Parts: sequence; structure tokens; C-alpha cells
Amino acid sequence: MKQVMNGDFAASYGAMSALVKYVAAYPITPQTLVVEKLSELVADGEMDAVFSKVESEHSAMAACIGAEAAGIRTFTATSSQGLLLMCEVLHWAARGRLPIVLANVNRAVAPGWSIWADAQDSISQRDTGWMQVYAEDNQEVYDSIIMAYKIAESPDVLLPMMINLDAFFLSHTSEVVDLIDKKDIEKFLPPYEPKFKLNPSEPHAFNALTSPDHYFELTYKMHLAMEKAKKRITEVGVEFEKMFGRRYGLTESYRIEDADTVLVTFGTIAGTAKETVDLLRKEGKKVGNLKIRVFRPFPQEEVCEALKNAKKVIVVDRDYSYGFEGAFFTEVKSALYNKGVMKPLYGMMAGIGGRDVSTGTLKEIVAKAEGEDPKNPYFIGVKL
Amino acid sequence: MTDDKKVELNKVSDYPEMPVSLGSMLWNKTSSWRNFKPVIDGTKCIGCGICWKFCPEPAIFPTNPPTVDYDFCKGCGICISECPTKAISKVDETR
Ligand code: SF4
Ligand code: SF4
Repeated sequence: MKQVMNGDFAASYGAMSALVKYVAAYPITPQTLVVEKLSELVADGEMDAVFSKVESEHSAMAACIGAEAAGIRTFTATSSQGLLLMCEVLHWAARGRLPIVLANVNRAVAPGWSIWADAQDSISQRDTGWMQVYAEDNQEVYDSIIMAYKIAESPDVLLPMMINLDAFFLSHTSEVVDLIDKKDIEKFLPPYEPKFKLNPSEPHAFNALTSPDHYFELTYKMHLAMEKAKKRITEVGVEFEKMFGRRYGLTESYRIEDADTVLVTFGTIAGTAKETVDLLRKEGKKVGNLKIRVFRPFPQEEVCEALKNAKKVIVVDRDYSYGFEGAFFTEVKSALYNKGVMKPLYGMMAGIGGRDVSTGTLKEIVAKAEGEDPKNPYFIGVKL
Repeated sequence: MTDDKKVELNKVSDYPEMPVSLGSMLWNKTSSWRNFKPVIDGTKCIGCGICWKFCPEPAIFPTNPPTVDYDFCKGCGICISECPTKAISKVDETR
């Protein structure tokens, strides 16, 4: 059933459609609408779940961890400072191998106080052991949440998954979203049945003291799970397409087959990049776009395959690892090096703190990379 | 209170996905952290279960009267101060 809704509501309906049974959340701009909608859906009896109001994001994730450990499918949503406050328990969810799904509205980190789009919040949680997806539109937000449970709950994965959507560009922008019927969801998504769960009649020790004798093996198991997750994400994407007609993979290529210059983008910038590619193609420039949809596990094989014929690669980052460069740029470079693919690479910082990235901005970025070698990273449009 | 059967984890495939029941607490007994032990006087105990609820370890079993697991009781004294009938006394274990 098609409905017009903003990205926040798409996230709420995603959780409802995925038959989530427990939600604990704390409101924060621009994620507030996710929480409001979920509490409304639960209060109106449309969503068969328990909704816990908690006093902080740390508590929200802690409550989800408890419920998930008891074998219940859980969901939460946050943004920016809220995600940072969750950091400690994000690690608990991941190392505890609890397939919780979280929607994070990408918002800049303070100070200066900012509510606008920027991926600094989720990029700062890169090493928590969460899988990370960056959505380009509201339909992708909704679909990704449903797929996330199927991927995360796979017995050979068991890792939590974060679905990221850009503040305002998605969270508060209305688009058509095609919602999936409950009976079709039930065919796609099996119920959550964990191997171990909190159960008084079958007691286990959960997350107890782990000596150096054992901790290492558990870390290695997470490495294996992340590798398996790459396969699972692709498989679930194929299955989803067969049932619902929309295709999602680890990456998405746009007109890259014969491209000399390839832009590498994520989130809403990927949409603008595709439009820019069309505009530049009309000018006779062979440009393409590679959207990185999944950031963790990082799809290095797909990235190298997609970029192997490009003469120049430009990575656009709406995030910054202070003291080095954009995180996506680092990962792309490292993936290419790992596979022995060497070529000129440009790291472009754009859209930081929610500044607009228009087709004009991306054209400027391509022109910059076509000119003399810019210094990496290059801060496009900064008022020098 | 616990049997001493050590969980054998020799290779990655022996491990559960999550750190569940790795067995470290079976052999990693923490009783040596204690300077004194709580001793429950069954004649004063009214069976309210407060000590069982408050023990942070948890090292008290909800029997009637409650029993203390001395392998894991760390001697924090919370049960002693929470017991409403002063049924738990503090017995020095230092040498
Ligand atoms: S002294 Fe502390 S650890 Fe020991 S039984 Fe009492 S409450 Fe539990
Ligand atoms: S708190 Fe005191 S009275 Fe209550 S069950 Fe424990 S020992 Fe007995």
C-alpha cells in the first residue's frame, strides 16, 4: 500500500512491518517523529508491541539489550548526541551478539550546536561491531529495516544493524513509500528464535568475566560473522527483490561501465550524484557513481570490482576523522590497496554540518579532480 | 555449591557465538575477596527474601532460611545491613 510519508515515519513503519515486539526510545531532533509515530502506533493498537519511555539513550539501548536477550525482537531510534551517549551499550549489543536494529538519523555533532545532516555521529561508532547501512531515500529506509532483521538474526551473523538516514533531507522530507502487507512480511521474515535466551528454567551465564584465554576467540568469531554478513546482505537483497521488486545490495553502481571518473558517495548525496552524472554525461564527460550502501561490513570486493576500470576515483565524505581524512575515503583507499588496485584517488569533504550538496557542488568536485592534483582531503566550498 | 567441571573450549568452533556460559565463573571463585562472611541465623529469619533481592552477586539462594554461596559471596555486607530482623551476623575471616 502506497503512502506519502517522511523518512522518520518510514523508519517507524519499518519497525511495525518487521513485527517488532519491543521498542525503547528517547526523543531527539530530528529523530523525534520516529518515536512519536511508534508510540502512537502502539497506543492505537496498530502495532503489537511494548513501548518503553526511558530517561536517556543509554537506557534505551540497555533496555533493548535486556529484551533482545530474552528473545524478543527489538527496535530503537536515535540521532547525533543520543547515539554518542549510547556508545558504551552499542558495544554490549554487538559483543553480546544481539541482533537489535536501530535507526539513526545522521546529524552533526556539537558544538557548535547543530541539528543538520552529517554522518559524524554514526562514523564515530564505526568500531562498535554494528553493521551500518546508509539509505538514499525513504523507501530504502523502510525496506532496509525489514531486511535488517532477516540479516541480523541469521544464525551465522547475529550482529546488530544500524540503518542511517540523513537529517531533514530524509527525516523530514515526504516521499511515496510502498508499505508491505503483513502476510507477505510473514513469508519473508521468520520469527526470531535465538539459540540462547534469558530463561529462568534454563539458566545460562550471560556476558560474564571472560579471560584472555577466551576473549580473542570471541573477537575472531565476530570477524567471521562480519564476513558472513556480506554474503547474507546480498542473499537477502536478492530474496527481497524477488518478493517485492526492489533491489538492494552492498553497493549500487550507476553508469560506471565506461566511466573515466567515478564518484563514490553514500546517503542522500548518492541521489544527487546520479543526477550530476546524467548532467555531466550530456556534456560528454564519462562520469559514473558508486553508492556505498553498506559501510560495515565494508564491501571491499564489490568496491574494487566496481572501480577497477576507472581512471580517477573521487570519494565524497560528509564526515571527518579529525587528523586524517574522511572515513569513506580511508576505507575505499584501503580496500583498493588490499586488492592491489592502484589509481589516483581524491578525498573530498562536502556537506559537513548539513551544508547543501547540489549538482553544482558535485560538478565542482569533478572539475577539481580533473584539474591539478588537489591536496587530500580537499574541503570543497570552504570559505577560505 | 557449584560443581568444578571446567568447560572445555579448545578451538573456535567450540565457542558459542556470544559469551554465554563460557564457564569462567565455575573456576574463577571470588570468595578470597572477603574479610568476613555473612552468617544467617535461621531462628531470627522471617523469610522475607530481602537479602536475596539485595545481594549484588547474587550469592544468596532463596531457600527458607536463605543460604549463602560462600564460593562467590564477596563480603560486601549489604545483606547484613538490609535484613530487617538482624538475622545476619558478620563473622571475621581474617587470619
Ligand atoms: S555479603 Fe554481600 S555478597 Fe555476600 S551474601 Fe551478603 S550481600 Fe551477597
Ligand atoms: S533479609 Fe533477613 S529475615 Fe529476610 S530472608 Fe534474609 S535473613 Fe531472613
